[in-house]
Amino acid sequence: MTDGLPMRPARHRDSLARAACAVAVLAWPLVASAHVEAGRAEGLLAGLRHPVSGLDHVLAMVAVGLWGAQLGAPAIWLLPVTFPVVMAFGGILGLLGVPLPGVEIGIALSALVLGLAVSAAWRPPLVAAAVVVGLFAVFHGHAHGTELPAGASGLLYSLGFVAATGLLHATGIGIGLIQRWEWGKRVLRAAGAAVAAAGLYFLWRAFA
Amino acid sequence: MTSGNIRRAIAAVAALLLPAAAHAHLVTTGFGPFYDGVSHLLLTPEDALPALALALLAGLRGARAGRLALFALPGAWLACGLVGLAFPTTSPTGTLTTVSFLALGGLVAADARLPPGWVVGIALVLGALHGYLNGSAMAEAKLGILGLAGIVATLFVVVALAAALVVALRVPWTRIAVRVAGSWIAAAGLLLLGWSLRAA
Repeated sequence: MTDGLPMRPARHRDSLARAACAVAVLAWPLVASAHVEAGRAEGLLAGLRHPVSGLDHVLAMVAVGLWGAQLGAPAIWLLPVTFPVVMAFGGILGLLGVPLPGVEIGIALSALVLGLAVSAAWRPPLVAAAVVVGLFAVFHGHAHGTELPAGASGLLYSLGFVAATGLLHATGIGIGLIQRWEWGKRVLRAAGAAVAAAGLYFLWRAFA
Repeated sequence: MTSGNIRRAIAAVAALLLPAAAHAHLVTTGFGPFYDGVSHLLLTPEDALPALALALLAGLRGARAGRLALFALPGAWLACGLVGLAFPTTSPTGTLTTVSFLALGGLVAADARLPPGWVVGIALVLGALHGYLNGSAMAEAKLGILGLAGIVATLFVVVALAAALVVALRVPWTRIAVRVAGSWIAAAGLLLLGWSLRAA
């Protein structure tokens, strides 16, 4: 703008243009969905929230990813592929009201054992690793399956908690990739020890 | 930024802020049922996820399987959807959803080495069953053939994009990510089985 107005610095003009674009984006009309099918959004959000609402679930799921990354192929992909299916089996038991004794103890033990496995860089045969992880998956699934909020959509709740669990595994795998460096291996083992210590605390609390 | 660009930016902002007629009820445009069909598929995981799983399976099996599934699934969905429109049913869809999730999610998770003919066969069965039920739902909601057209057009786009994306994957871990997505769908199917057993 040069007609009758002093020339503004280029950076200032760019800021103005960016602000104008931001206003335009904010003013863009959006669809307002007044009638969302009842319970569906609530079910999805409840499912997404459940695995991240307790530190015991979070640490155990991240530890699965850490251990998978530490073990390398094929465990790095076998564990995240099998875990959701076995966890869903535990979910069915919870849904049907099949009692599973010591669910809280099993979840606490999962953090303790998986943390120790990462800390010790334990490398069992693949089948043994899958059995260990699968056993704990049943406890986690059972806990998720029994806690659907009233009125929420079962399908969306299921999808939510399966996706949230998978994303926690992915987080663990992502962090675990630091083991390609020597210092990373040490950090990973220290992280495993921290998870195990937290597991010990959860176990003490489960018995208290 | 030159003064010409500033003027153009201001004109663009003014055009965007210009109040326009809001068609809250698309029936006035004649295209409401079509968009209802589009949103039906995208907002209904019972239909969208099996279709996505089929697209992932076809993509894992290569370009030929992907191309065949791209036409087999929407074709069967449309044909049997028309049957559903003419002869609607009110049968519950829970069992079909459970079986679709379990079977297709399981096949993707296992990276099942199926020949393209098998993939086409599965696409035809999936399209026939879900299409028939969608056609019945469209008849009940009085959305008619436009609603079905919206569903099938969206289905074509979803299958094309998902299958093409998977076919193009070359890095090994990206194919594993597809299999993980399959295991999530299978796990959801397993849980649906639990829900239906609990309701029974």
